Amino acid sequence: MVEWTEQERSIITGIFANLSYEEIGPKALVRCLIVYPWTQRYFSSFGNLYNAEAIRGNPNVAAHGIKVLHGLDRAVKNMDNIKATYAELSVLHSEKLHVDPDNFRVSSAGLQQMHSAHLKADRLVSRRLTFPLFLHQLLADCLTIEIAAKLGTAFTADTQAAFQKFLAVVVSALGRQYH
Amino acid sequence: MSLTDKDKAAVKALWSRISKSADAIGADALSRMLVVYPQTKTYFSHWADLSSGSAQVKGHGKTIMGGVALAVAKIDDLTNGLLDLSEKHAFQIKVDPANFKILAHCLLLVIANLFPADFTPEAHVSMDKFLGNVALGISERYR
Repeated sequence: MVEWTEQERSIITGIFANLSYEEIGPKALVRCLIVYPWTQRYFSSFGNLYNAEAIRGNPNVAAHGIKVLHGLDRAVKNMDNIKATYAELSVLHSEKLHVDPDNFRVSSAGLQQMHSAHLKADRLVSRRLTFPLFLHQLLADCLTIEIAAKLGTAFTADTQAAFQKFLAVVVSALGRQYH
Repeated sequence: MSLTDKDKAAVKALWSRISKSADAIGADALSRMLVVYPQTKTYFSHWADLSSGSAQVKGHGKTIMGGVALAVAKIDDLTNGLLDLSEKHAFQIKVDPANFKILAHCLLLVIANLFPADFTPEAHVSMDKFLGNVALGISERYR
């Protein structure tokens, strides 16, 4: 069970309350795809990622960056049980199917739909992708860098510590269902 | 992942923008490391004051950035250029090389924090590769 101080809670909720998802989400994912190009492997269905210019201009990348950030909202609202919060998402991430990323709806109906589609389509089984655990940490690092760039002097060492701790817990929770 | 000509140009360009603030960058990166990664404090148990404003932290931040400056100057041959520093780290200081990644992360973060417009993803990837190669150069004489 992760312990949070009052200061850490207020730092995390404060960062997300003042966050521009539309600005930071895309920037973080763009940075990850440029700085760690091997992560492009997991976004082959997104279209042109051929160079930095293409990555920056890719609307699928931008949309997905925003989605990822909103995916953190649940953890912010459930800081005392991030592990359970992401149990469902973790299964999804570890069993990513080669389908349109829009299917990543985190509803139980969506999960059932994906699993039954998976069972029906043999071709999907052989092309199953699994996200590496490293991808989450690399993306977390890029998000930290973007927040640091945005917040300037407000991004104190204590703020950095709290934010990195929060992301580490999220990354760990996402990795729990891998097998 | 060795440095391409493009990487070297990017590092030198970024360095020219940030080097006048080198002391501040070093001090901030070091003090962040001590707060965010408290296990690193073990290497500084001989310091009286590990807080961010302390003379020792500031002084050592400056020392670290002196090493970075040297590495920029020797960017075409880091292995040989950093041999003396490597001997020092290997035989005298004996800091676990795993910590180089931690300090590199803090340096990159501080640069992003102080120079957001200059620390583009392109500058970031070259600087990340550069610091990785610096770490390799420092580790050269370890075993």
